[in-house]
Amino acid sequence: MGTLSERILGGTAGEYVDCHVDRAYVHDGTGVLTLEAWKNMGGKGIQDAAHLYVLFDHIVPANNSTTAALQHELREFACGSFLQFSDIGGGICHQVMGEGVVLPGEVVVGADSHTCTLGAFGAFATGVGATDMAAIWMTGETWFRVPESIGIHLSGTLSGAAEAKDLALTYVGRLGMDGATYQALEFIGEGAAALPMDDRLTLCNLAVETGAKAGMFYADDITVQYLAAAGHEARQQEPESCRYQQELDFDLTDVVPVIAVPPRVDTIRPVSDLAGVPLDQVFVGTCTNGRYSDLARFARIVKGRKVAVRTIVVPASRAVLEEAIRTGVLADIVESGCSIGTPGCGPCLGAHMGVIGEGEVCLSTANRNFKNRMGTGGEIYLSSVATAAFSALEGEITPPEEVS
Amino acid sequence: MPGRGHAVCVGADIDTDQIIAGRYLRTKDHAVWVEHAFEDLDPSLARRMSGAVIIAGKNFGCGSSREQAAIAIRESGVVAIAAPSFARIFFRNAINVGLPLIECDLSCTEGDMVKFDLAEGWVETQGKKHPVKPLSPRMQEILASGGLVNYMRARR
Ligand code: SF4
Repeated sequence: MGTLSERILGGTAGEYVDCHVDRAYVHDGTGVLTLEAWKNMGGKGIQDAAHLYVLFDHIVPANNSTTAALQHELREFACGSFLQFSDIGGGICHQVMGEGVVLPGEVVVGADSHTCTLGAFGAFATGVGATDMAAIWMTGETWFRVPESIGIHLSGTLSGAAEAKDLALTYVGRLGMDGATYQALEFIGEGAAALPMDDRLTLCNLAVETGAKAGMFYADDITVQYLAAAGHEARQQEPESCRYQQELDFDLTDVVPVIAVPPRVDTIRPVSDLAGVPLDQVFVGTCTNGRYSDLARFARIVKGRKVAVRTIVVPASRAVLEEAIRTGVLADIVESGCSIGTPGCGPCLGAHMGVIGEGEVCLSTANRNFKNRMGTGGEIYLSSVATAAFSALEGEITPPEEVS
Repeated sequence: MPGRGHAVCVGADIDTDQIIAGRYLRTKDHAVWVEHAFEDLDPSLARRMSGAVIIAGKNFGCGSSREQAAIAIRESGVVAIAAPSFARIFFRNAINVGLPLIECDLSCTEGDMVKFDLAEGWVETQGKKHPVKPLSPRMQEILASGGLVNYMRARR
Protein backbone atom coordinates (compact mmCIF):
# COMPACT_ATOMS: atom_id res chain seq x y z
CA MET A 1 0.00 0.00 0.00
CA GLY A 2 1.45 3.32 -0.90
CA THR A 3 1.63 6.21 -3.29
CA LEU A 4 3.30 5.64 -6.64
CA SER A 5 6.41 7.45 -5.34
CA GLU A 6 6.55 5.24 -2.26
CA ARG A 7 6.18 2.09 -4.33
CA ILE A 8 8.86 3.04 -6.85
CA LEU A 9 11.38 4.52 -4.40
CA GLY A 10 10.71 1.84 -1.77
CA GLY A 11 10.07 3.72 1.45
CA THR A 12 7.44 5.78 3.16
CA ALA A 13 6.95 9.51 2.80
CA GLY A 14 9.55 11.46 4.77
CA GLU A 15 12.17 8.68 4.72
CA TYR A 16 15.56 9.11 3.04
CA VAL A 17 16.42 6.32 0.62
CA ASP A 18 19.36 5.43 -1.61
CA CYS A 19 18.15 4.47 -5.06
CA HIS A 20 19.57 2.78 -8.09
CA VAL A 21 18.97 5.14 -11.04
CA ASP A 22 17.53 3.37 -14.10
CA ARG A 23 18.15 6.24 -16.53
CA ALA A 24 20.07 9.47 -16.09
CA TYR A 25 20.39 12.25 -18.61
CA VAL A 26 21.97 15.65 -19.13
CA HIS A 27 21.70 18.23 -21.91
CA ASP A 28 24.28 20.49 -23.51
CA GLY A 29 23.81 23.10 -20.77
CA THR A 30 23.99 20.98 -17.62
CA GLY A 31 26.22 18.33 -19.18
CA VAL A 32 29.19 20.69 -19.33
CA LEU A 33 29.08 21.27 -15.57
CA THR A 34 28.39 17.59 -14.91
CA LEU A 35 31.49 16.59 -16.82
CA GLU A 36 33.57 19.11 -14.89
CA ALA A 37 32.22 17.94 -11.52
CA TRP A 38 32.73 14.31 -12.50
CA LYS A 39 36.36 14.97 -13.37
CA ASN A 40 36.84 16.86 -10.10
CA MET A 41 35.39 13.90 -8.23
CA GLY A 42 38.18 11.82 -9.72
CA GLY A 43 35.99 10.21 -12.41
CA LYS A 44 38.10 8.19 -14.86
CA GLY A 45 36.22 5.81 -17.10
CA ILE A 46 32.45 5.39 -17.12
CA GLN A 47 31.75 1.79 -16.04
CA ASP A 48 28.16 1.38 -17.13
CA ALA A 49 27.17 3.80 -19.88
CA ALA A 50 24.06 1.99 -21.11
CA HIS A 51 21.71 4.00 -18.90
CA LEU A 52 23.47 7.39 -19.23
CA TYR A 53 22.23 9.84 -21.87
CA VAL A 54 23.54 13.11 -23.26
CA LEU A 55 21.06 15.02 -25.43
CA PHE A 56 21.86 18.34 -27.10
CA ASP A 57 18.80 20.59 -27.12
CA HIS A 58 19.31 23.88 -25.30
CA ILE A 59 21.48 25.91 -27.67
CA VAL A 60 21.30 24.05 -30.94
CA PRO A 61 22.94 24.57 -33.32
CA ALA A 62 25.61 26.37 -31.28
CA ASN A 63 25.21 30.17 -31.30
CA ASN A 64 28.87 31.16 -30.99
CA SER A 65 32.32 29.67 -30.71
CA THR A 66 32.32 29.54 -26.89
CA THR A 67 29.19 27.40 -26.89
CA ALA A 68 30.51 25.37 -29.79
CA ALA A 69 33.74 24.59 -27.92
CA LEU A 70 31.85 23.52 -24.79
CA GLN A 71 29.57 21.33 -26.88
CA HIS A 72 32.53 19.87 -28.73
CA GLU A 73 34.19 18.79 -25.48
CA LEU A 74 30.99 17.17 -24.18
CA ARG A 75 30.24 15.49 -27.50
CA GLU A 76 33.74 13.98 -27.67
CA PHE A 77 33.42 12.72 -24.12
CA ALA A 78 29.93 11.27 -24.64
CA CYS A 79 30.89 9.45 -27.81
CA GLY A 80 34.29 8.34 -26.49
CA SER A 81 32.74 6.95 -23.29
CA PHE A 82 29.85 5.27 -25.15
CA LEU A 83 27.14 7.30 -23.45
CA GLN A 84 23.82 7.31 -25.30
CA PHE A 85 24.17 10.46 -27.37
CA SER A 86 21.62 12.55 -29.26
CA ASP A 87 23.19 15.40 -31.22
CA ILE A 88 21.67 18.73 -32.31
CA GLY A 89 18.33 18.37 -34.04
CA GLY A 90 17.45 15.16 -32.19
CA GLY A 91 15.13 17.09 -29.91
CA ILE A 92 14.42 18.21 -26.37
CA CYS A 93 15.80 15.76 -23.81
CA HIS A 94 12.45 15.16 -22.07
CA GLN A 95 10.69 14.61 -25.37
CA VAL A 96 13.26 12.18 -26.73
CA MET A 97 13.30 10.23 -23.44
CA GLY A 98 9.51 10.09 -23.75
CA GLU A 99 9.53 8.60 -27.24
CA GLY A 100 9.75 5.01 -26.06
CA VAL A 101 12.79 5.17 -23.76
CA VAL A 102 11.44 5.66 -20.22
CA LEU A 103 9.27 2.80 -18.88
CA PRO A 104 6.78 2.53 -16.01
CA GLY A 105 8.25 1.97 -12.56
CA GLU A 106 11.71 3.31 -13.42
CA VAL A 107 13.71 5.83 -11.41
CA VAL A 108 14.70 8.53 -13.91
CA VAL A 109 16.94 11.46 -13.06
CA GLY A 110 17.66 14.33 -15.42
CA ALA A 111 19.90 17.34 -14.96
CA ASP A 112 16.99 19.62 -15.85
CA SER A 113 14.01 20.71 -13.81
CA HIS A 114 11.39 19.52 -16.31
CA THR A 115 12.47 15.90 -15.98
CA CYS A 116 9.17 15.59 -14.10
CA THR A 117 7.53 15.38 -17.57
CA LEU A 118 8.39 11.67 -17.70
CA GLY A 119 6.24 10.85 -14.69
CA ALA A 120 3.53 10.60 -17.36
CA PHE A 121 4.73 7.01 -17.88
CA GLY A 122 4.36 5.98 -14.25
CA ALA A 123 8.09 6.46 -13.66
CA PHE A 124 9.55 8.43 -10.76
CA ALA A 125 11.27 11.14 -12.75
CA THR A 126 12.85 14.19 -11.21
CA GLY A 127 15.44 16.86 -11.87
CA VAL A 128 18.77 17.40 -10.11
CA GLY A 129 21.73 19.71 -10.59
CA ALA A 130 25.00 18.93 -12.31
CA THR A 131 27.01 17.83 -9.27
CA ASP A 132 24.30 15.37 -8.18
CA MET A 133 24.38 14.04 -11.73
CA ALA A 134 28.17 13.67 -11.63
CA ALA A 135 27.79 11.51 -8.51
CA ILE A 136 25.29 9.36 -10.42
CA TRP A 137 27.85 8.98 -13.22
CA MET A 138 30.26 7.76 -10.52
CA THR A 139 28.00 5.35 -8.63
CA GLY A 140 24.78 4.76 -10.56
CA GLU A 141 22.88 5.79 -7.44
CA THR A 142 21.49 8.81 -5.68
CA TRP A 143 19.54 9.64 -2.53
CA PHE A 144 15.97 10.91 -2.23
CA ARG A 145 13.65 11.97 0.48
CA VAL A 146 10.49 10.00 -0.36
CA PRO A 147 7.94 12.74 -1.03
CA GLU A 148 4.50 13.17 0.40
CA SER A 149 1.94 13.18 -2.42
CA ILE A 150 -0.94 15.36 -3.48
CA GLY A 151 -3.77 13.51 -5.21
CA ILE A 152 -5.20 15.43 -8.15
CA HIS A 153 -8.55 13.84 -9.01
CA LEU A 154 -9.66 14.48 -12.55
CA SER A 155 -13.22 13.91 -13.71
CA GLY A 156 -15.09 14.70 -16.91
CA THR A 157 -13.52 15.49 -20.27
CA LEU A 158 -12.02 18.63 -21.78
CA SER A 159 -14.54 20.55 -23.84
CA GLY A 160 -14.71 23.48 -26.23
CA ALA A 161 -11.35 25.05 -27.02
CA ALA A 162 -9.74 24.00 -23.70
CA GLU A 163 -6.57 21.90 -23.83
CA ALA A 164 -4.50 19.94 -21.34
CA LYS A 165 -2.28 23.03 -21.17
CA ASP A 166 -5.20 25.07 -19.86
CA LEU A 167 -5.76 22.46 -17.17
CA ALA A 168 -2.04 22.49 -16.37
CA LEU A 169 -1.98 26.27 -15.95
CA THR A 170 -5.20 26.06 -13.94
CA TYR A 171 -3.77 23.61 -11.43
CA VAL A 172 -0.54 25.62 -11.15
CA GLY A 173 -2.70 28.66 -10.41
CA ARG A 174 -4.62 26.77 -7.75
CA LEU A 175 -1.53 25.31 -6.02
CA GLY A 176 0.73 28.32 -6.49
CA MET A 177 4.43 28.39 -7.29
CA ASP A 178 5.38 26.62 -4.07
CA GLY A 179 2.14 24.76 -3.32
CA ALA A 180 3.75 21.36 -3.75
CA THR A 181 7.36 21.99 -2.68
CA TYR A 182 9.13 18.72 -1.71
CA GLN A 183 5.98 16.78 -2.69
CA ALA A 184 4.79 14.73 -5.68
CA LEU A 185 1.59 15.15 -7.67
CA GLU A 186 -0.44 12.08 -8.63
CA PHE A 187 -3.05 12.56 -11.35
CA ILE A 188 -5.85 10.08 -10.72
CA GLY A 189 -9.49 9.37 -11.46
CA GLU A 190 -11.43 8.54 -14.60
CA GLY A 191 -10.66 11.93 -16.10
CA ALA A 192 -6.94 11.12 -15.88
CA ALA A 193 -7.38 7.63 -17.30
CA ALA A 194 -9.05 9.06 -20.42
CA LEU A 195 -6.24 11.48 -21.29
CA PRO A 196 -3.88 10.58 -24.15
CA MET A 197 -0.13 10.37 -23.47
CA ASP A 198 0.60 13.80 -24.97
CA ASP A 199 -1.80 15.46 -22.54
CA ARG A 200 -0.31 13.54 -19.62
CA LEU A 201 3.17 14.71 -20.61
CA THR A 202 1.97 18.34 -20.67
CA LEU A 203 0.34 17.99 -17.24
CA CYS A 204 3.41 16.38 -15.65
CA ASN A 205 5.67 18.94 -17.34
CA LEU A 206 4.25 21.80 -15.27
CA ALA A 207 4.46 19.93 -11.95
CA VAL A 208 7.77 21.61 -11.14
CA GLU A 209 6.12 25.03 -11.49
CA THR A 210 4.31 24.21 -8.23
CA GLY A 211 7.62 23.20 -6.66
CA ALA A 212 6.76 19.50 -6.99
CA LYS A 213 9.49 16.90 -7.18
CA ALA A 214 7.46 14.76 -9.56
CA GLY A 215 4.14 14.68 -11.42
CA MET A 216 2.86 11.19 -12.09
CA PHE A 217 0.21 9.14 -13.84
CA TYR A 218 -0.36 5.44 -13.25
CA ALA A 219 0.65 3.37 -16.26
CA ASP A 220 -2.56 2.02 -17.80
CA ASP A 221 -3.70 0.60 -21.14
CA ILE A 222 -3.02 3.94 -22.88
CA THR A 223 0.58 3.93 -21.58
CA VAL A 224 1.04 0.29 -22.53
CA GLN A 225 -0.27 0.86 -26.07
CA TYR A 226 1.93 3.93 -26.55
CA LEU A 227 5.00 2.00 -25.47
CA ALA A 228 4.01 -1.06 -27.53
CA ALA A 229 4.10 1.17 -30.62
CA ALA A 230 7.73 1.89 -29.68
CA GLY A 231 8.46 -1.82 -29.29
CA HIS A 232 8.25 -2.17 -25.50
CA GLU A 233 6.19 -4.57 -23.48
CA ALA A 234 5.21 -2.56 -20.42
CA ARG A 235 2.98 -3.50 -17.52
CA GLN A 236 0.13 -1.48 -16.04
CA GLN A 237 0.25 -0.15 -12.48
CA GLU A 238 -2.83 -0.62 -10.32
CA PRO A 239 -3.52 2.30 -7.97
CA GLU A 240 -3.66 1.22 -4.33
CA SER A 241 -5.49 3.02 -1.61
CA CYS A 242 -2.95 5.36 -0.10
CA ARG A 243 -2.62 8.45 2.01
CA TYR A 244 -2.41 11.78 0.25
CA GLN A 245 -1.19 14.88 2.03
CA GLN A 246 -3.89 16.82 0.25
CA GLU A 247 -6.48 16.11 -2.45
CA LEU A 248 -7.70 18.46 -5.17
CA ASP A 249 -10.59 17.91 -7.57
CA PHE A 250 -10.80 19.20 -11.11
CA ASP A 251 -13.74 18.69 -13.42
CA LEU A 252 -12.20 18.86 -16.89
CA THR A 253 -15.51 19.98 -18.33
CA ASP A 254 -15.14 23.26 -16.42
CA VAL A 255 -11.64 24.07 -17.68
CA VAL A 256 -11.53 27.16 -19.91
CA PRO A 257 -8.69 28.60 -22.01
CA VAL A 258 -6.38 30.54 -19.70
CA ILE A 259 -3.17 32.53 -19.75
CA ALA A 260 -0.34 32.88 -17.24
CA VAL A 261 0.39 36.60 -16.90
CA PRO A 262 4.04 37.66 -16.56
CA PRO A 263 6.13 37.33 -14.50
CA ARG A 264 4.52 34.45 -12.62
CA VAL A 265 3.35 31.05 -13.80
CA ASP A 266 0.67 31.00 -11.12
CA THR A 267 -1.07 34.25 -12.12
CA ILE A 268 -3.82 32.70 -14.19
CA ARG A 269 -6.59 34.60 -16.01
CA PRO A 270 -9.15 33.53 -18.63
CA VAL A 271 -7.90 34.36 -22.13
CA SER A 272 -11.00 36.50 -22.65
CA ASP A 273 -9.80 38.90 -19.90
CA LEU A 274 -6.64 39.62 -21.87
CA ALA A 275 -8.12 39.77 -25.35
CA GLY A 276 -6.52 42.54 -27.39
CA VAL A 277 -3.08 42.61 -25.73
CA PRO A 278 -0.77 43.37 -28.71
CA LEU A 279 1.96 40.82 -29.46
CA ASP A 280 5.41 41.10 -31.03
CA GLN A 281 6.09 37.38 -31.22
CA VAL A 282 4.32 34.05 -30.88
CA PHE A 283 6.32 30.93 -30.00
CA VAL A 284 4.94 27.42 -30.32
CA GLY A 285 7.07 24.54 -29.10
CA THR A 286 9.03 23.40 -25.98
CA CYS A 287 8.83 20.31 -23.78
CA THR A 288 5.35 21.50 -22.78
CA ASN A 289 3.69 21.88 -26.18
CA GLY A 290 6.02 21.00 -29.05
CA ARG A 291 4.68 17.53 -29.79
CA TYR A 292 3.15 16.35 -33.06
CA SER A 293 -0.41 16.70 -31.75
CA ASP A 294 0.39 20.33 -30.84
CA LEU A 295 1.79 21.15 -34.27
CA ALA A 296 -1.17 19.42 -35.93
CA ARG A 297 -3.64 21.45 -33.85
CA PHE A 298 -1.78 24.65 -34.65
CA ALA A 299 -1.76 23.79 -38.36
CA ARG A 300 -5.51 23.06 -38.42
CA ILE A 301 -6.13 26.60 -37.17
CA VAL A 302 -3.67 28.55 -39.34
CA LYS A 303 -4.01 26.46 -42.54
CA GLY A 304 -4.81 28.62 -45.54
CA ARG A 305 -4.41 31.87 -43.60
CA LYS A 306 -1.48 34.14 -42.72
CA VAL A 307 -0.13 34.94 -39.27
CA ALA A 308 -0.22 38.65 -38.42
CA VAL A 309 2.84 38.66 -36.15
CA ARG A 310 6.23 36.96 -36.32
CA THR A 311 5.67 33.38 -35.25
CA ILE A 312 8.29 30.76 -34.47
CA VAL A 313 7.39 27.09 -34.42
CA VAL A 314 9.94 24.61 -33.08
CA PRO A 315 9.16 20.88 -33.14
CA ALA A 316 10.11 19.18 -29.87
CA SER A 317 12.04 16.44 -31.65
CA ARG A 318 13.20 15.09 -34.97
CA ALA A 319 10.45 12.45 -34.80
CA VAL A 320 7.88 15.23 -34.41
CA LEU A 321 9.38 17.14 -37.34
CA GLU A 322 9.45 14.04 -39.55
CA GLU A 323 5.83 13.24 -38.81
CA ALA A 324 4.83 16.85 -39.48
CA ILE A 325 6.60 16.64 -42.85
CA ARG A 326 4.97 13.30 -43.72
CA THR A 327 1.45 14.48 -42.96
CA GLY A 328 1.70 17.93 -44.55
CA VAL A 329 1.31 19.71 -41.19
CA LEU A 330 4.69 21.38 -41.63
CA ALA A 331 3.76 22.72 -45.07
CA ASP A 332 0.57 24.26 -43.66
CA ILE A 333 2.58 25.95 -40.90
CA VAL A 334 5.29 27.28 -43.23
CA GLU A 335 2.75 28.50 -45.78
CA SER A 336 0.95 30.48 -43.09
CA GLY A 337 4.12 32.55 -42.67
CA CYS A 338 5.73 30.93 -39.58
CA SER A 339 9.46 30.40 -39.11
CA ILE A 340 10.62 26.90 -38.22
CA GLY A 341 13.50 26.20 -35.82
CA THR A 342 15.77 23.22 -35.28
CA PRO A 343 14.10 20.65 -33.01
CA GLY A 344 15.09 21.59 -29.46
CA CYS A 345 14.29 24.22 -26.85
CA GLY A 346 14.39 27.12 -29.29
CA PRO A 347 13.91 30.56 -27.71
CA CYS A 348 12.40 29.14 -24.47
CA LEU A 349 15.44 29.91 -22.32
CA GLY A 350 16.35 33.18 -23.98
CA ALA A 351 19.83 32.15 -25.01
CA HIS A 352 19.56 32.44 -28.81
CA MET A 353 17.24 32.35 -31.79
CA GLY A 354 14.01 34.16 -30.98
CA VAL A 355 15.19 36.22 -28.01
CA ILE A 356 12.83 39.17 -27.46
CA GLY A 357 13.88 42.77 -27.02
CA GLU A 358 13.21 45.49 -24.46
CA GLY A 359 9.48 46.21 -24.30
CA GLU A 360 8.49 43.30 -26.55
CA VAL A 361 5.70 40.88 -25.72
CA CYS A 362 5.76 37.19 -26.58
CA LEU A 363 2.92 34.70 -26.32
CA SER A 364 4.50 31.31 -25.75
CA THR A 365 3.31 27.73 -25.27
CA ALA A 366 6.18 27.12 -22.81
CA ASN A 367 6.06 26.70 -19.05
CA ARG A 368 7.92 29.70 -17.62
CA ASN A 369 7.31 33.43 -17.93
CA PHE A 370 9.87 34.70 -15.42
CA LYS A 371 11.15 38.23 -15.79
CA ASN A 372 13.70 38.55 -18.61
CA ARG A 373 13.67 34.79 -19.34
CA MET A 374 13.38 35.20 -23.11
CA GLY A 375 15.33 38.45 -23.25
CA THR A 376 15.98 41.50 -21.12
CA GLY A 377 12.99 43.79 -20.78
CA GLY A 378 10.59 41.48 -22.63
CA GLU A 379 7.36 39.99 -21.29
CA ILE A 380 6.08 36.45 -21.74
CA TYR A 381 2.45 35.31 -21.60
CA LEU A 382 1.89 31.55 -21.50
CA SER A 383 -0.99 29.82 -23.24
CA SER A 384 -2.25 26.71 -24.97
CA VAL A 385 -1.49 25.95 -28.61
CA ALA A 386 -4.98 26.95 -29.81
CA THR A 387 -4.75 30.30 -28.03
CA ALA A 388 -1.30 30.82 -29.60
CA ALA A 389 -2.65 29.97 -33.06
CA PHE A 390 -5.68 32.27 -32.92
CA SER A 391 -3.54 35.03 -31.41
CA ALA A 392 -0.87 34.63 -34.11
CA LEU A 393 -3.54 35.14 -36.78
CA GLU A 394 -4.75 38.35 -35.12
CA GLY A 395 -1.43 39.71 -33.82
CA GLU A 396 -2.95 40.14 -30.36
CA ILE A 397 -4.14 37.87 -27.58
CA THR A 398 -7.32 36.24 -28.88
CA PRO A 399 -9.62 33.71 -27.22
CA PRO A 400 -9.52 30.42 -29.15
CA GLU A 401 -12.55 28.91 -30.82
CA GLU A 402 -13.37 25.24 -30.84
CA VAL A 403 -11.90 23.43 -33.84
CA SER A 404 -13.01 19.99 -34.93
CA MET B 1 28.69 24.33 11.58
CA PRO B 2 28.69 27.87 13.01
CA GLY B 3 28.78 31.03 10.93
CA ARG B 4 27.85 34.69 10.85
CA GLY B 5 27.21 37.45 8.34
CA HIS B 6 25.29 40.63 7.64
CA ALA B 7 21.70 40.31 6.51
CA VAL B 8 20.75 41.03 2.90
CA CYS B 9 16.98 40.96 2.41
CA VAL B 10 15.27 39.61 -0.72
CA GLY B 11 11.66 38.64 -1.44
CA ALA B 12 9.75 35.41 -2.02
CA ASP B 13 9.82 33.09 -5.06
CA ILE B 14 13.24 34.26 -6.25
CA ASP B 15 13.76 32.07 -9.32
CA THR B 16 17.09 30.90 -10.67
CA ASP B 17 16.67 33.07 -13.80
CA GLN B 18 16.84 36.07 -11.45
CA ILE B 19 19.87 34.66 -9.63
CA ILE B 20 21.79 34.13 -12.85
CA ALA B 21 20.16 34.81 -16.22
CA GLY B 22 20.19 32.24 -19.03
CA ARG B 23 22.30 34.56 -21.18
CA TYR B 24 25.31 34.07 -18.87
CA LEU B 25 25.25 30.28 -18.64
CA ARG B 26 27.40 29.31 -21.60
CA THR B 27 30.78 29.42 -19.93
CA LYS B 28 32.67 27.54 -17.26
CA ASP B 29 34.10 30.81 -15.93
CA HIS B 30 32.66 31.23 -12.43
CA ALA B 31 33.70 34.90 -12.37
CA VAL B 32 31.04 35.66 -15.00
CA TRP B 33 28.31 34.25 -12.76
CA VAL B 34 29.58 36.20 -9.75
CA GLU B 35 29.67 39.41 -11.75
CA HIS B 36 26.10 39.05 -13.00
CA ALA B 37 24.50 37.45 -9.93
CA PHE B 38 21.04 38.88 -9.18
CA GLU B 39 21.44 41.36 -12.04
CA ASP B 40 17.80 41.12 -13.15
CA LEU B 41 16.49 41.35 -9.59
CA ASP B 42 18.58 44.25 -8.34
CA PRO B 43 21.94 45.12 -9.92
CA SER B 44 23.16 46.66 -6.64
CA LEU B 45 22.83 43.33 -4.79
CA ALA B 46 26.05 41.79 -6.10
CA ARG B 47 28.12 44.41 -4.24
CA ARG B 48 26.53 43.50 -0.89
CA MET B 49 27.00 39.74 -1.17
CA SER B 50 30.44 39.27 0.33
CA GLY B 51 30.06 38.04 3.90
CA ALA B 52 26.26 38.15 3.69
CA VAL B 53 23.53 35.92 5.02
CA ILE B 54 20.70 36.24 2.51
CA ILE B 55 17.32 36.29 4.22
CA ALA B 56 14.62 35.45 1.71
CA GLY B 57 10.92 34.74 1.50
CA LYS B 58 9.50 31.31 0.68
CA ASN B 59 10.46 29.12 -2.29
CA PHE B 60 13.95 30.52 -2.85
CA GLY B 61 15.66 29.16 -5.99
CA CYS B 62 12.59 27.97 -7.87
CA GLY B 63 12.64 27.34 -11.60
CA SER B 64 15.50 25.97 -13.64
CA SER B 65 17.91 23.38 -12.24
CA ARG B 66 20.94 25.50 -13.17
CA GLU B 67 23.63 24.88 -10.57
CA GLN B 68 25.31 28.09 -11.70
CA ALA B 69 22.79 29.84 -9.41
CA ALA B 70 24.15 28.16 -6.29
CA ILE B 71 27.74 28.54 -7.47
CA ALA B 72 27.25 32.26 -8.19
CA ILE B 73 25.91 32.85 -4.69
CA ARG B 74 28.60 30.83 -2.95
CA GLU B 75 31.42 32.44 -4.91
CA SER B 76 30.02 35.91 -4.27
CA GLY B 77 31.04 35.25 -0.69
CA VAL B 78 27.59 34.56 0.74
CA VAL B 79 27.89 32.71 4.05
CA ALA B 80 24.41 31.13 4.10
CA ILE B 81 20.83 31.62 2.90
CA ALA B 82 17.85 31.60 5.23
CA ALA B 83 14.30 31.11 3.91
CA PRO B 84 11.09 29.44 5.11
CA SER B 85 11.38 27.04 2.14
CA PHE B 86 13.68 26.37 -0.79
CA ALA B 87 12.89 24.90 -4.19
CA ARG B 88 14.12 21.34 -3.90
CA ILE B 89 16.63 21.26 -6.78
CA PHE B 90 18.21 24.48 -5.53
CA PHE B 91 18.29 22.95 -2.06
CA ARG B 92 20.34 19.99 -3.25
CA ASN B 93 22.54 22.17 -5.46
CA ALA B 94 23.38 24.56 -2.63
CA ILE B 95 24.39 21.77 -0.27
CA ASN B 96 26.32 20.09 -3.10
CA VAL B 97 28.42 23.21 -3.71
CA GLY B 98 28.95 23.70 0.04
CA LEU B 99 26.55 26.60 0.61
CA PRO B 100 24.69 26.27 3.96
CA LEU B 101 20.92 26.71 3.93
CA ILE B 102 18.86 27.71 6.96
CA GLU B 103 15.22 26.63 6.73
CA CYS B 104 13.54 29.22 8.91
CA ASP B 105 11.01 32.04 8.58
CA LEU B 106 12.82 35.20 9.71
CA SER B 107 11.96 38.86 9.53
CA CYS B 108 14.81 40.70 7.87
CA THR B 109 16.56 43.96 8.71
CA GLU B 110 19.16 44.93 6.14
CA GLY B 111 22.68 44.85 7.54
CA ASP B 112 21.70 43.18 10.83
CA MET B 113 24.27 40.66 12.18
CA VAL B 114 22.99 37.10 11.73
CA LYS B 115 24.61 34.18 13.57
CA PHE B 116 23.83 30.50 13.12
CA ASP B 117 24.95 27.02 14.02
CA LEU B 118 23.44 24.35 11.82
CA ALA B 119 24.79 21.40 13.79
CA GLU B 120 23.18 22.83 16.92
CA GLY B 121 20.12 23.89 14.91
CA TRP B 122 19.66 27.59 15.60
CA VAL B 123 19.87 30.99 13.94
CA GLU B 124 20.07 34.32 15.76
CA THR B 125 18.77 37.63 14.43
CA GLN B 126 18.43 40.85 16.40
CA GLY B 127 19.68 39.06 19.49
CA LYS B 128 16.93 36.44 19.31
CA LYS B 129 17.55 32.73 18.72
CA HIS B 130 15.22 30.74 16.45
CA PRO B 131 15.24 26.95 16.06
CA VAL B 132 16.10 25.67 12.58
CA LYS B 133 14.81 22.53 10.90
CA PRO B 134 17.84 20.21 10.93
CA LEU B 135 19.49 19.05 7.70
CA SER B 136 19.64 15.29 7.14
CA PRO B 137 22.86 13.66 8.46
CA ARG B 138 24.08 13.10 4.91
CA MET B 139 23.55 16.73 3.93
CA GLN B 140 25.47 17.79 7.03
CA GLU B 141 28.32 15.49 6.01
CA ILE B 142 28.34 16.86 2.46
CA LEU B 143 28.42 20.43 3.81
CA ALA B 144 31.17 19.56 6.27
CA SER B 145 33.24 18.16 3.37
CA GLY B 146 32.82 21.45 1.53
CA GLY B 147 30.44 20.00 -1.06
CA LEU B 148 29.60 16.82 -2.94
CA VAL B 149 32.75 16.81 -5.09
CA ASN B 150 34.99 16.58 -2.02
CA TYR B 151 32.59 14.18 -0.34
CA MET B 152 32.77 11.82 -3.32
CA ARG B 153 36.56 12.13 -3.65
CA ALA B 154 36.97 11.12 -0.03
CA ARG B 155 34.83 8.05 -0.62
CA ARG B 156 36.62 6.58 -3.62
S1 SF4 C 1 11.96 23.54 -23.78
FE1 SF4 C 1 12.30 25.16 -22.28
S2 SF4 C 1 11.52 24.35 -20.36
FE2 SF4 C 1 11.76 22.62 -21.77
S3 SF4 C 1 13.79 21.77 -21.34
FE3 SF4 C 1 14.02 23.27 -22.99
S4 SF4 C 1 14.53 25.21 -21.98
FE4 SF4 C 1 13.70 23.84 -20.42
